[in-house]
Amino acid sequence: MQAAVLGALLLAMVWLVANVQSNLERQNINSGFGFLSERAGFGINQTLIDYTEDSSFGRVLTVGLLNTLLVSVLGVFFATVLGFSLGVARLSSNWLINKTAMVYVEIFRNVPLLLQIMFWYFGVLRNLPTPRQAVSFGDAMFLSNRGIVVPAIEAGSGAGWYAAALAIGLAAFIWLRRRARLALADGTMMPIWRPLLMVTVASFGVAALLAGVPFSLDVPALKGFNFRGGITVIPEFVALLLALSLYTAAFIAEIVRAGIQSVSKGQREAAAALGLPDKTALSLVVIPQALRVIIPPLTSQYLNLTKNSSLAVAIAYPDIVSVFAGTTLTQVGQAVEIIFITMMIYLSLSLLTSYAMNRYNARIALVGQDA
Amino acid sequence: MTGFTPTPARPAPANTVGFVGWARENLFATKLDSLLTVLAITLILYVMKVVFGWAVIDASFSGSDRTACLKDVQGACWPFIEAKFGQFIYGRYPDAERWRVDLVFAAGLIGLVPMLMPNVGHKRANMIFLLGFYPVFAFIMLTGGVLGLAAVDTTDWGGLLVTLVVAVTGIVASLPLGILLALGRRSDLPIVRALCIGFIEIFRGVPLITVLFMASVMLPLFLPDGVNFDKLVRCLIGVALFSSAYMAEVVRGGLQAIPKGQYEAAAALGLSYWKTTRLIILPQALKLVIPGIVNTFIGLFKDTTLVLIVGLFDLLGIVQLHFTDASWATPETHITGYVFAGAVFWLFCFAMSRYSIFMENHLSTDRNGS
Repeated sequence: MQAAVLGALLLAMVWLVANVQSNLERQNINSGFGFLSERAGFGINQTLIDYTEDSSFGRVLTVGLLNTLLVSVLGVFFATVLGFSLGVARLSSNWLINKTAMVYVEIFRNVPLLLQIMFWYFGVLRNLPTPRQAVSFGDAMFLSNRGIVVPAIEAGSGAGWYAAALAIGLAAFIWLRRRARLALADGTMMPIWRPLLMVTVASFGVAALLAGVPFSLDVPALKGFNFRGGITVIPEFVALLLALSLYTAAFIAEIVRAGIQSVSKGQREAAAALGLPDKTALSLVVIPQALRVIIPPLTSQYLNLTKNSSLAVAIAYPDIVSVFAGTTLTQVGQAVEIIFITMMIYLSLSLLTSYAMNRYNARIALVGQDA
Repeated sequence: MTGFTPTPARPAPANTVGFVGWARENLFATKLDSLLTVLAITLILYVMKVVFGWAVIDASFSGSDRTACLKDVQGACWPFIEAKFGQFIYGRYPDAERWRVDLVFAAGLIGLVPMLMPNVGHKRANMIFLLGFYPVFAFIMLTGGVLGLAAVDTTDWGGLLVTLVVAVTGIVASLPLGILLALGRRSDLPIVRALCIGFIEIFRGVPLITVLFMASVMLPLFLPDGVNFDKLVRCLIGVALFSSAYMAEVVRGGLQAIPKGQYEAAAALGLSYWKTTRLIILPQALKLVIPGIVNTFIGLFKDTTLVLIVGLFDLLGIVQLHFTDASWATPETHITGYVFAGAVFWLFCFAMSRYSIFMENHLSTDRNGS
């Protein structure tokens, strides 16, 4: 029986490969991955690394992948913040807050994401005034149909001292948290935030004394038909990020609500009986248990967000599908290789994310059992 | 002696009953609550003012071209929707033949409504109508070419028609495929299991858009010279394969929840694998995962919009297409069109999610009652 399945599958594969080969030959399409080093010859309007029209298709792939990662990572961040707030609001005893959050969730999760992306892009951002009539925020930030222009911070010499101060702050945070976590085993509560604040203020004070203020602002200004200076955030990016965050936040809100509700009331009462203040009970009793329920579905939402970022192609945000499986494919014509590479990249992203989240999940599960 | 007459109970304090009491408890319980309530009321009033102002007060309601929607302060351009409504529902389906689409919609409703109401009997006959007769009927009516019906090419289909065709085909195909994949994933045969796991994980790991690209660009390469599918059919295959992978994981959740004793009891009765699966396991497993199945359907319904990227005109695609009509080009046309399409999609998805909640409650009372 199994041999039959395998045999049929192999036969089908052979047949398909033969078809592909004869089709490719007939249409004069090359095969292999040599095209990756050829000159691309088209421009991309958002590149995190150096890219010109003379760069190769391989470079196009990297640029697209980085753009995908950028929008996904920021999207995950905003969706998590908004989603957790909404999830908590859904459990609020305040009727109005509760229902407002519910209306938000019901509206945003029942409308297709692609429609939302297009709404923000074609409906809202593309309808903004031209740079000449741009909406100005204190003459430093401008909103127009070319996107958002914000001042850029330029670091001069001596900025290294500030970087060092930041590093000290981060190291102190990690050490303080670790100390608090270890101390908790004996039931001792160690402060984190107050010493952290003192360390940070002190280290930044020293940096300021040593280096003065080595930063300057590059404020954008209207020159001709567009802005010069500052950092321009393209409208495609804003629309995609906005839609992805708002849409995914609705799903995360429901996950968080279900997670917190899954912690039985007795746990909270027991914590109160032990004399834990509300805030401590929340952070030491309710949230760790809720997280265990929340993390697995949250992971799949993060994965969905990453995969959904491929809808960028509809508004021509230069993500991997748009510049590689789109533009490159039409120029090179090697559909098999290009679709294969794109799918493999998404697969690896998915596997990496779920690996990381599984590790995190295992850690919180353990913490629960130790306590 | 006079008997003991109890003093009648005094009414509860006025500020703990009625609306005042409710508001004190639910809106102004603490200082923070009061602040949040005031903030929320401000926000709600503001949003309502914007939405109501746009959709009603500043909106245009009649007119036959863009001039109706060019005012100083302009809200929604509803005449655009009115003028294009037929297109949004049927696409370029010929005017004279649209009754066929209506008939298919009507027959679908007639078959579906009693199916969805748990108290209406004759489920088996209903099922045969929906899954046996209806697809054939819909196919003949929509494509035509036989029985004296004029042939309508699928490139002329569009709007809500395409959305529903893709969604319904996806739903009907993904459930059995998903069940087979889920069974395969739990099978004892290592090769079948490996194949099913590979299929499920690959399709769940990549975005639908790459699957659709694959279906529209690569599928023609895989087929022998001369054999070619319609673009719509290629998209249907892509959507069905994609959602069957998700369906498989939902069904697997249900299969895992069935206690081992059920399998053992079936084996003790001498039932074969397929009989066990069909008569004992699946009915219980599927009932457990109805919410998950409906969620997959909702996701699939929303995902049908992606077919516009590979060049089909579903509801969103056709709305998008009509923005290019110069006689309706106004600053508000885009938003009006998106709001209309969004409302239609929302209605379908919201109805499905409410139905799922209803079924969940209905089934859980059944279980408690027995």
